[in-house]
Order: sequence, then C-alpha cells, then structure tokens
Amino acid sequence: MNVARKPVILNFILIAAAVAFATNAVAADWQPRKPVEFVIMAGPGGGADKMARLMQTIIEKHDISPKPFIPVNKAGGSGAEALVHLKSKTGDDHTIMVTLNSFYTTPLRQPGIGIDSLSFTPIARMAEDTFLLWVHKDKGIKTMDEFVAAAKAKGKDWIMAGTGKAQEDELLTNFLNTTYGLSITYVPFKGGGDVAKQLAGKHADSTVNNPSEALGFYQAGNVVPIAAFTKDRLEMFPDVPTMEELGHPNAYYMQRSVVGAPGMSDEAADFYRGVFTKVYNSEEWQEYKKKKSLLGSFITGNELEEYWKVGIANHRKLLKEIGEIK
Amino acid sequence: MRRAELLMAIAMAIFSAYLMWMSAKLPIGWVPGRGPGGGSFPFWLSFAMLICTVWIIVRWFRRTTPQSRSSEPFFDSRSLTLVLLVIGALVTMVGSIYFIGVYGALPLFFVFYMRFLGRHSWAKTMTLALAAPVITFFFFEILLHITLPKGATETLFYPLYDIFM
Amino acid sequence: METIQFLLDGFVVALQPMNLFLVIVGCAVGLFIGAMPGLGSVNGVAILLPVTFIVPPTSAIIFLAAIYYGAMYGGAISSIMLGIPGASTAVATTFDGRPLALKGMADKALVAAAVASFAGGTISILLFTAFAPPLAHVALAFGSAEEFALMMLAFGTFIGLGGDDIPKTLFSICIGLVMSAVGLDIMSGQPRLIFGDIPGFFHGINFLVLAIGIYGIGEILWTIESSQGEVSVSQAVVSVRRILDALKELLKSANTIVMGSFLGFFVGLLPAAGATPGSIMAYGFAKTMSKNPESYGKGNINGVVAPESANNAASTGSMLPMLTLGIPGSPTTAILLGGMVIWGLEPGPRLFVDQTEFVWGLIASLYMANFFSIVLNIAFIPIFVWVLKLSFTILAPIIFVLCVVGGYAPTQDMHDVWLMLLFGVVGYLMRKLDYPMAPMVLAIVLGPLAESSMRQSLLQSHGSVWVFFERPISGGIMVLALLLFLMPAIKVGKKLIVARRTGNAGK
Repeated sequence: MNVARKPVILNFILIAAAVAFATNAVAADWQPRKPVEFVIMAGPGGGADKMARLMQTIIEKHDISPKPFIPVNKAGGSGAEALVHLKSKTGDDHTIMVTLNSFYTTPLRQPGIGIDSLSFTPIARMAEDTFLLWVHKDKGIKTMDEFVAAAKAKGKDWIMAGTGKAQEDELLTNFLNTTYGLSITYVPFKGGGDVAKQLAGKHADSTVNNPSEALGFYQAGNVVPIAAFTKDRLEMFPDVPTMEELGHPNAYYMQRSVVGAPGMSDEAADFYRGVFTKVYNSEEWQEYKKKKSLLGSFITGNELEEYWKVGIANHRKLLKEIGEIK
Repeated sequence: MRRAELLMAIAMAIFSAYLMWMSAKLPIGWVPGRGPGGGSFPFWLSFAMLICTVWIIVRWFRRTTPQSRSSEPFFDSRSLTLVLLVIGALVTMVGSIYFIGVYGALPLFFVFYMRFLGRHSWAKTMTLALAAPVITFFFFEILLHITLPKGATETLFYPLYDIFM
Repeated sequence: METIQFLLDGFVVALQPMNLFLVIVGCAVGLFIGAMPGLGSVNGVAILLPVTFIVPPTSAIIFLAAIYYGAMYGGAISSIMLGIPGASTAVATTFDGRPLALKGMADKALVAAAVASFAGGTISILLFTAFAPPLAHVALAFGSAEEFALMMLAFGTFIGLGGDDIPKTLFSICIGLVMSAVGLDIMSGQPRLIFGDIPGFFHGINFLVLAIGIYGIGEILWTIESSQGEVSVSQAVVSVRRILDALKELLKSANTIVMGSFLGFFVGLLPAAGATPGSIMAYGFAKTMSKNPESYGKGNINGVVAPESANNAASTGSMLPMLTLGIPGSPTTAILLGGMVIWGLEPGPRLFVDQTEFVWGLIASLYMANFFSIVLNIAFIPIFVWVLKLSFTILAPIIFVLCVVGGYAPTQDMHDVWLMLLFGVVGYLMRKLDYPMAPMVLAIVLGPLAESSMRQSLLQSHGSVWVFFERPISGGIMVLALLLFLMPAIKVGKKLIVARRTGNAGK
C-alpha cells in the first residue's frame, strides 16, 4: 500500500483544513457525508465532459465541498442511461448530473423510459453554448448569400457534419434547409472534435459546431464562421452576423446545467446551489466562459424550472418539424 | 460432447434469430436521405450468425468435426459439481453485494473459497479475508476515487470518509 | 534541428528532481493500475486531479504520462500472468503470452513484453520528433471511407487468428460485431438491441465486460475443470541469469519489433483508431510473415513482441491527432484533452507552434516514463512471478474478486457485473466446444468504428460503394484488405482441389 500513502497523507492535510473551516460555518447546514456522484450525460472528451471535469477541478481546488465530486460518464442512449439512473436515485442527496439539451430531446423522443424532465431538482445553469455556421476557408465563401448559392448548386451532395441524431446540429441543419430551400445531407458523427476534423479535412462541406469545438481550426485559419445562431453578435466573432440580422431570427443555445436527483431534500439542493454559485463566480469559470465564447448567466430554482419549460416546448416543436415525434 | 455440440448450435441459432427479430425493429434497409437503417448492421450480421449455426448443425449430422464424433461426456460428474459450486458461489457473492455491499461479500467469498474449497488453515483464510476489503477500500475508494456499492453497510463508511477524504 | 532543441528543452524540464520523482511514482502506480483487470490509465485521472493543484501543469502532464505508460506495461503483465487483457490494446498479447506463462516461461514473456514496449516507444518518439507536423496532414486526410478501409484491413489480418473451424470462427466474429451494436445507434439516435428496455444495455456492451468475463471468469472455470481445482497455475522460476538469457534471445526478434513499432505508430496516428487495431495488425502480420505460423498461439515469443511494440508505438502516435486535431483516440487521451482545457491549452493545429513547451515537454516525459517503466517492470518481475506460485485455491478467489470489482469499475453499474458473469459461463461452455474467443473480443472493439464509418461514407456517397475505392488512400488499403480476406479462401480452394484429386485417385 505504499502507493496509496502519499495521497492519503495529502488528504489528511486537506481534511484538517476543511474541518478548521467547517467549524466556522453554521453547524446546522447540510453537508455531504460521502463522495458525491457527479453524473455526466455524455461520453469522455466531449464538451459536457470537459466542462464537468473543469467544475470538479474548481471545486477541489477551492475546497468548496468537504467531500469530493466524482465524475461518472453515462452517455448511453443519448443520455437516456443517465436520466434513468438519476430517476432510480429519487430522494438521494448525493447524486447530481451535468446536462445539456438532450435533457429535453431524449425524454421527448424516447417516451418509453418514462422520464419527466421537470421532475429533476433544478440546481444551476452554468452557461449557454452558442452555435455558428462554419465552412472551410478554401471554399472561398464569406457571406450567407454565397453559402446559400454554393449549397444550392451542390444540392444533396452538400454534406453537413454534426453530432448525434435529432439533436442540436440536425435541428439547425433542418432550419437552414427549410428557410433557404436547401437539401443539405446531414451526416451524424460521434463527437464535436470529430465533426470539426471532418470539415478541416474537407470530408464535409459545412458544420454548425460550438465555438469551443471549432476553435483550434479557426485559430489555425482552416475554417471560417459564416453566421451565428445567437441574439447578439458574439464578442469573439464581432464580424459574424447573427441570423436575426440576416432576416431569419433563430437564436438557439445549448444549456450547460447541473440538476439533482428527483426529490432531493431542500437542504441538500441549497448546498449544491451554494457550491455551484461559487464555481460560477470563480475566476477559472469566468475565464473559461470568455475563452470559449459561452453566454448565459447563473440561474437556479424556479427561474431555472421556467427556463426548462420554455426549452421543452421549443424542442417539442422542433422535433415535430423534422418528423422525429408526432 | 456430441449432444452438447448440437445443443449449443441450436441455442445459438435461436439466439441469432432473436437478435434478427430485435434488430428488425429499426429499419434494416436503405432509408432515403439517411443511409443504411439503424437495424441493418446487426440484422445482416445476425443473419450471418444464423447461417454459421446452420452450417455447424449440418456438419454435426455429417459428423465431420471432432466434437460431433466425440463420445466423451461434456462434463465428468466431479468437475461438473466443482464448476457448479464455484459458479453458485460467484452468483451468491454478486447477489449479496446489493445487501451487504462489496465489503461484506468479499470476506464471505474468501472464507468459502479458501476454507471450504481449498482447505487452507483458518489463520491464512482470515488474513486474506480481512486484508482483501481493506486493500480494496484504500486502492479503489481513496486512491482511485471509485465508489463501490455498499448496500446496507453504507452509513458505516461515513466516519471512514471523514477521516480519509 | 529546431525540433531537437525543443525536445532537449523538454528533457531538461522532465529531469528536474520533482518531476523525476513524479515519473517514478507515476510509473509504479500505473503499473499496478494497469495490471488490475478492468482498470487502466483512465483511472489515473483520479490521482492526477489533486496533483494539478500542488504542481505546475507541466509536472501534472509528466505524472499523467508516467501513469499512462506504467499502465500500458501493466496491461501486458495481466495479459501474460493471468491471461486477462487489462485493456483492449493488450488482447493480442494474451495469445502467446499466456501459453508462455503456462509453460513456466512467464519471466521470458515479461522481459520480451517490456523490451518490445521500450523499443516501440523509442522508435515512435523518434518518428514523432522528426515528422510530427507533416504527419498531422495525413491524419486529416483520413475520412470515414479511409477509416472503414482500415477496419477492413484489421479484420483481414485477424481472420487467420481463429481456429481451423471456419463456421465457428465466422460465428465468433459476427456475434462480436452484433454485440458491439448494442445500445444507442448514433446514426439514427435510436436505442437498439436493448433486450426489452433494460437500462444497463443503453451504454452498450463494454469491451472490458466481455474480456474479463471470457478471459477472467471463463479461464478460471476452465482451469478448475482441467486441474480439478488443485494444482498451481504454473511452475515459475526466475533468476537474473534467466532474464539475461531472455534478453539475448530477443535479438532474434528484432525484425518483428521494428515491424510492430512502425505499423503501430502509423495506425496510432489515425484519428479514432487508437492502439488496438495497431496491435492486432502487428500480431497478424507477424504471424502471416513468419516461417512457421502454426507456432503462434502456442507460445511464440514473437507473438508477444509484435503487439507489445505496436501498442506502445501507437500510444505515442495517438498523441498526434489528440494534440493537433483535438480528437481523442482513447479514453485516456480524452482525459488528457480534458486536462488541457483545465490548464487553459487549446488543442489544434496551432498547438505545435504556440505551445512548444507543452508539446515537447509531453513528448520528453513520455520518453522518460517509457524508460522508467521498463526499469520498474523488470525489477518487479520476481514479485509477479511469485504471485503465480500461490496455491490455486488462493489465486482463484483473488482473481474472481478482481474480475467482479474490475467489471464494476469502468461503468459503476452492477448490470455489467452480471453480464460479465454470464459471458464468463457461456464463453467457457463455447470454448469447450472449440468456438474461438479472440475474434469475438476483437470484433466488439472494432465493430462500432467499422459500422459508423461505413454508414457515414455510404450516406455521403448516397449509397454508392465505390466511395471506398475511388479515393487513393482508402482504395489502396481496401485492395490490400480484400487480398487478405481472399487468402484463406484461396488456401481452402487449393486444399479442396488437392483433396478431390486424391479422393478421386482413392476411388
């Protein structure tokens, strides 16, 4: 057990420090008694995973929680696995989850799993990710009009690479197809990084990546943004027009939220809200938000629940449009 | 052995057919605008599995393989008892994890296996039976941060977490 | 010249006392994690994260690289000693490593694995240093069609790995591929083959669950039956002399090591391929090119050396798509990618230009880790061999417990533990009837990539299969793969003709 000794000693010191702090805090406050299960509704390496691990690191670094948050990836079934797992933990105070828009779409598309998105305990919305339309630099396309002309000319041979089926990327592709009368073929890939590579390697003609996914190739000058699916222009891409400016308002965001198991006690929920308020306000999180061009302020409780209601209604409509649900 | 060969082939043939049926819940052909359907890959491979099992059964009738000619028993009774005993112990151990947790199930399994199957001394048996959960706890929970299921013993671990985490 | 300077700077960083200490601790921890069935370098992140707060990012990377390499070596240890591949990259190592251990030559196999790994690591780091930026373009040129062609090539090389029983080998490949399709179909977003909505199947069948079931549970059941539960696994001896002898004998395998290293490196470069296809292909090629292929699978030292040199070379190679394209080829690189985000680094083509210190520090530390892993590994060989001397009724429950905990750890789901038991028992029964197991285990690893790349390509080409042949890279690989597929058919055809002639003559 030589191997374990070092971190254990380290933990002792951390605990001593934590205990010293804890005695100052109000004793009646709820605190986790064991490691907190931090479910990630996506596989390792994706945007949600990276963010969750960043949150975990911030929590550990600033000693925000007396017990560690342990990330567990449950990506199966577009997040169905994670949702069902959390439902099975109803009433549990030590299980929380990082979620994204499949939080809306998966229960709608798979009614068989019996999930009501609103049954989960709202803890925090940490950010909203944005979407941009990207093409390869070599295409020479600079404006939306040129994009539409080029895509029309190629018809169904115009390939849009995206992540997953009937999720964000396909919903936006469908929007482009119907709004501009295009017949783009949508090809799903496994993750945002893979999608970005398809475009950079010219295996696809366009993508609707998040800035964080396309950033590497954008900085290298391989890909260029054409339009932003946001309300206002993004600070990072001041020259890229929004869809609203182009006459077809469509602001679509990806939520990055944290939810608790259904029926979590109020005391526990308050504890986690406190934890994530601190994470949100940390220097690291603010810098990450800025660097990856993330929007969205911190919301929680009823406000978050109202936000979800709007999101669910919106996605029901979008999924009906592409014929995924009736 | 000969009978086992046939039974396994038939079981696998039924399983293949079941897989085909399940795959066919999704489209198995070309879906316009979406490429090959979601069920196509498993469906046609299950179909290939079925063909293989039929092939195996045909060879069984023609007695072309060593297994289909063998008249040896698939199991002799002594090893069958032993194997069944071990499988039973494994199933019991995994099942009991839900109630007494990993840290309750491990020592019991060691005691059963070492003392009753291996006929080792109690001293040896107990050393391992007690060392195993302790090592497991420190290696998995403390070093690697992997929480193992604890069943009803959950609350007993709170003080340990307080000390080591 | 400039890159050499960068690399030297990287070494200066890696050789600081603090970092040197981290490398040694990391390698040792990694070795143990890797040797545990079910655990791999992925689990290193739990240890890594607390470390990131006390040490600078560079040291954290060095620590991770050490765990990564340590675990890589450790994977070979459990493959050879217990016959359980700790990671998909070490499956091919069991084919000959396990028979060698059973013959009482575990120490030789371990030395061979360590030396081959070291050579693979060295060669790939030289290649990486010399050609990294241009090779990034090769990785970028790989689209879905090329990926599918590569998968076909991998299948082609292991078609010869099964037993002589053709229908059973084919059956084994197919069932492995079907099992890989369980879970979510990413192309249609629909769940499939979930056996009546059992949530445990949503995440698909993890390779480790199958491998631990078949090689862990199944193997022990097999040993219990054949030994009636009494004898020790092998009569293991170890001495300095034997280790030196083993080293000398390895000179004969130099060709195989070089072949494995190059192959592994280039396959590892390709995004999403990772080290598994590389190690399988190296094994397949070594067997095909060998003068006596029938000795493979029965304890040929080249059968250990080829996959081990390839998987280590590939793990260095796979750093390239991770760093330049931001695509993780394995869960471990995915975590390293996550770590880069935490450290504020952006993966992408600019990384080699903007963050030279990070890139070359990582490469240099990979090399250091490689070096310390081989030293530690050889130092630990007597301990590992001692484990084999334990009475079987002590070893068996330990392995069973490792399997149960190891089956639980990757997904933290009891469902997978039950599934593992089921695979163990059914696999054991099938093995008794001569169904080969290796093709099944490999198919479940390669299946998802093969399926999605095929469907993506067909969707892009609107159904035309020519997409696989039109492009030069994919066309070339595809032709090579088809030749490999046809080889057994040609052999069988020849046999049939010969048999018919002699049969006719007999009549």
